[in-house]
Amino acid sequence: MPETPSKPAPAAGAPPAPAEVHFTVNGHTLAAAPGTLLIEACRAANIEIPSFCYYPKLSLQAACRMCLVEVEKIPKLQTACTTVVAEGMVVHTETPTVQAARKSAIEFILTNHPLDCPVCDAGGECELQDMTFRYGAAVSRFDEPKRHRDEQQWSPVVYYDRPRCILCYRCVRVCGEGMDVWALGVGNRGILSTILPNHQDHLECEECGMCIDICPVGALTSGAYRYQTRPWEMQHVGAICAFCGDGCKTTLGVRNGVILRGDNRDKNGINGDFLCVKGRYGTDFTRHPERLKSPLVRDASGELRPVSWAYALETITDRWRGIQAAHGQFGVIGSTRCTNEESYQLQKLARRVLGTNHVDHHRSADFPALFDALAQPAGAAARPLPQLADSGALKTAKAVLLVGGDPTQEHPLLAWNLRWAHRLAGASLYVLNRRDIRLRRQARRMALLTHGTEADAVRYLAAPQRGDPPQAELTAVSPPGDKRWPQTPPSTPQPIPGGLEEFRAELAQERDVIIVFGPELTGDAVQALVRFGASLPGHTRYIAMADNANSRGAADMGLYPDLLPGYLPVSDGAARAHFAAAWGGDIPAAPGWNQRQMVEAVDRRELDALYVVGANPFRLDPVNAATLKSCFLVVQDLFLTETAQAADVVLPALSLYEKSGTVTNTCGEVQSQRRGGSFEGAKTDLEIIHALARMLGADFGRPDADRVFSEIRAQVKGYAVSLVQLMAGRGALAVPLNSAVPHQAAPQMIRPNHDSLFTAGTLGRYSATLNAVMEKHSRP
Amino acid sequence: MSVFSPATRDRFERLAASYPQPRSALVPMLLYAQDELGYLPPEAIAEIAALLGETELGVREVIGYYSMLRTAPAGRYHVQVCTNISCMLRGGEEILAHCQRRLGIHNRQTTPDGMFSIEEVECIGACAWAPALQVNYDFHQELDPAKVDEILEKYRRQG
Ligand code: SF4
Ligand code: SF4
Ligand code: SF4
Ligand code: FES
Ligand code: FES
Repeated sequence: MPETPSKPAPAAGAPPAPAEVHFTVNGHTLAAAPGTLLIEACRAANIEIPSFCYYPKLSLQAACRMCLVEVEKIPKLQTACTTVVAEGMVVHTETPTVQAARKSAIEFILTNHPLDCPVCDAGGECELQDMTFRYGAAVSRFDEPKRHRDEQQWSPVVYYDRPRCILCYRCVRVCGEGMDVWALGVGNRGILSTILPNHQDHLECEECGMCIDICPVGALTSGAYRYQTRPWEMQHVGAICAFCGDGCKTTLGVRNGVILRGDNRDKNGINGDFLCVKGRYGTDFTRHPERLKSPLVRDASGELRPVSWAYALETITDRWRGIQAAHGQFGVIGSTRCTNEESYQLQKLARRVLGTNHVDHHRSADFPALFDALAQPAGAAARPLPQLADSGALKTAKAVLLVGGDPTQEHPLLAWNLRWAHRLAGASLYVLNRRDIRLRRQARRMALLTHGTEADAVRYLAAPQRGDPPQAELTAVSPPGDKRWPQTPPSTPQPIPGGLEEFRAELAQERDVIIVFGPELTGDAVQALVRFGASLPGHTRYIAMADNANSRGAADMGLYPDLLPGYLPVSDGAARAHFAAAWGGDIPAAPGWNQRQMVEAVDRRELDALYVVGANPFRLDPVNAATLKSCFLVVQDLFLTETAQAADVVLPALSLYEKSGTVTNTCGEVQSQRRGGSFEGAKTDLEIIHALARMLGADFGRPDADRVFSEIRAQVKGYAVSLVQLMAGRGALAVPLNSAVPHQAAPQMIRPNHDSLFTAGTLGRYSATLNAVMEKHSRP
Repeated sequence: MSVFSPATRDRFERLAASYPQPRSALVPMLLYAQDELGYLPPEAIAEIAALLGETELGVREVIGYYSMLRTAPAGRYHVQVCTNISCMLRGGEEILAHCQRRLGIHNRQTTPDGMFSIEEVECIGACAWAPALQVNYDFHQELDPAKVDEILEKYRRQG
């Protein structure tokens, strides 16, 4: 149905609120929406108001007095961070009185500050340092001895240096309001005030490091980074987080090619202020001592021996040529952590050069089912495109339905955005889940299934007349101010009469719902979900949650046995012809084997060669070591995984942080990044794929991500995204919607990792910091 | 299992239910809890937090703010000596020094037999009769060292 823009009707009798108020700052006339904070209005007009405790979108604190300004007709200076602009207000921000107040504020803040900048991690990126230079007095009237306290380690990643703390309470607020963890508090009073962790001498928390990031000084520092370097000794390279599917921008701190930290330095990625523990601290897998530094080839004695790149690539292509000559079967398993360019070229290598459709990746969301369902809304008139929501849309959503999954653990950015919507936009969150997930705390209504699955419940919502409703207990929101989770179990869910019927009725009152769903829904359950979504008023949009950094990209780029890039069926002659023309060679017509079928084919000795790129399939689908001997196995990865240990040739690959290219997050936001770190001995997957193609007589051109991306933009449905947007460091939503996507439904192939906040498949296993955090959290 | 007596527990439940925000009952609850237990042990903090839907940290924040709330036991007789301005002018500091000498302990310490503890406090509102001290909830005013000795002796005899 077409969108009908409608203004909310003004309440009867109320005078219409003015759209803008006008006021004067330093002689300039400014205008801002009523309710705007003076500090924000000034900043929007490029008038600087120094501040420490003010932080946008957190509750107001007015603790530091750094933002004092003169407002005419008010005798005392006012804190700009809590003053709301008013019609006719006259403000001065640079008078001698204001300047003197700033000097005093800094002098006061520095009374007990150790000024140990030369050894402080924050030195060079410290707000207190900057403000002292800019606004401070050079002398202090306080000559009392300072109160020293030793630094405290609160967790593997959080350290607190009490004397440096300026008591702005930003950390307390971001942990409580932003993270909903409430792990930090304030102890004592006056000069003895101090920040406290929730378990007296240590923290039990999500270890997200948001408190460290938001600390304007060096009072909170990171265990993974402290004392390693200075900010000005590093290059700061924007990268896309290599872990979950949310695609946060993390700024890598790189010194001499070594990645020393992940950080949210400029806060201009799709994730805004946010990074979770993995994006911030997980980067140290790149320096793990077990990283593969040289190609390995299995020698006559059965050992993997280091060899040169030339020798390894020769070995592979010689064997492959032999297998091609004998019309043998090739299988290719791609990665959910490679770039789009690499996945695209890999399936091109498989289809066009090796002549096989036995192509797959580790699937964790049923994207084809979603795009198929969206292509043919059952019975309904065509809905406005796009029907996909990006991650940012959650922040301003009016209503969200979350089915399955546990974003707090598996999709920390989506969870952050959902909390944001709840806290700042008053969004109504509806949760449907078998588990009592933590986002219940932000839910307007939770349907806690006591019997049956999320898929059953969705089928019932879509077609209530069929079958008995799966039983659900509806729980109301947690009482306001209840901060106890997860220390104490939630109050017993109150069964609400009506169960899912009531849930449906409430949802039907909402408009423009965004539906976010987890791996519990596959195949026809996704179809049912979209039918239900289509029955809701307004413009329903969708987000499917997949596990890894480029799970979505792997799917979009055609790492499927039956789907070409852009979800075009390989069995469709026109689609094949399109890509055959683009790639200069034929593509086999018959759909191939999926990952499990490939491993089964190894067991039957029907697969002659298997090429595994950045994946560990044998962990999920264990292979028979005896029959594997008749399959020539090439594995390309960072580490000697279970699969790599069984390989005939192992090629050392660079990680996502060490290459340029584009990555697509689970919502479909394409982002581009430049090479950050480097690692001696390894190559990018793109370089390797291109080299192999060339040696087999196919020219894929220079292994240059930009060139390949141009091809993707031209050839892959939905990827003609705005380059300007990409270059500006923003996400551009890919909408690969076709007509129907005939796809072999294989719900058993959707195998989510169920990663926790602290685990992340292979990469996580090699991150010392994540392991330290996990070890701490598994201790009783 | 409550760490409080049934009567206190009952009172707490009523208190928690009598404010729009349950946490408004926190400070009175802490005072009653301390009166009953002598201090605020972790179990009491946990129980109060659960009653109010607060985190234990949230309760500790409040305890830290108020100097009269304590998380370690004091003596049976907690001698609170005022040295704020009126008392200071009238010899409050000498009274404090005298108490310390007499009991053989410093400020914020407890005698080995657990009988007495000393705390230097700010104004207790008895300025008109300074110098003053407070033992638990009892006031003693217009003090001099001899009078302090008598007072301490009286409590010692009470045991
Ligand atoms: S690391 Fe995150 S969860 Fe832990 S205290 Fe800091 S902000 Fe809170
Ligand atoms: S630790 Fe940092 S963020 Fe927290 S109150 Fe102190 S200065 Fe502010
Ligand atoms: S939420 Fe996901 S993408 Fe963002 S930092 Fe965490 S693991 Fe990385
Ligand atoms: S920024 Fe206004 S008081 Fe701190
Ligand atoms: S100054 Fe001691 S009682 Fe007021």
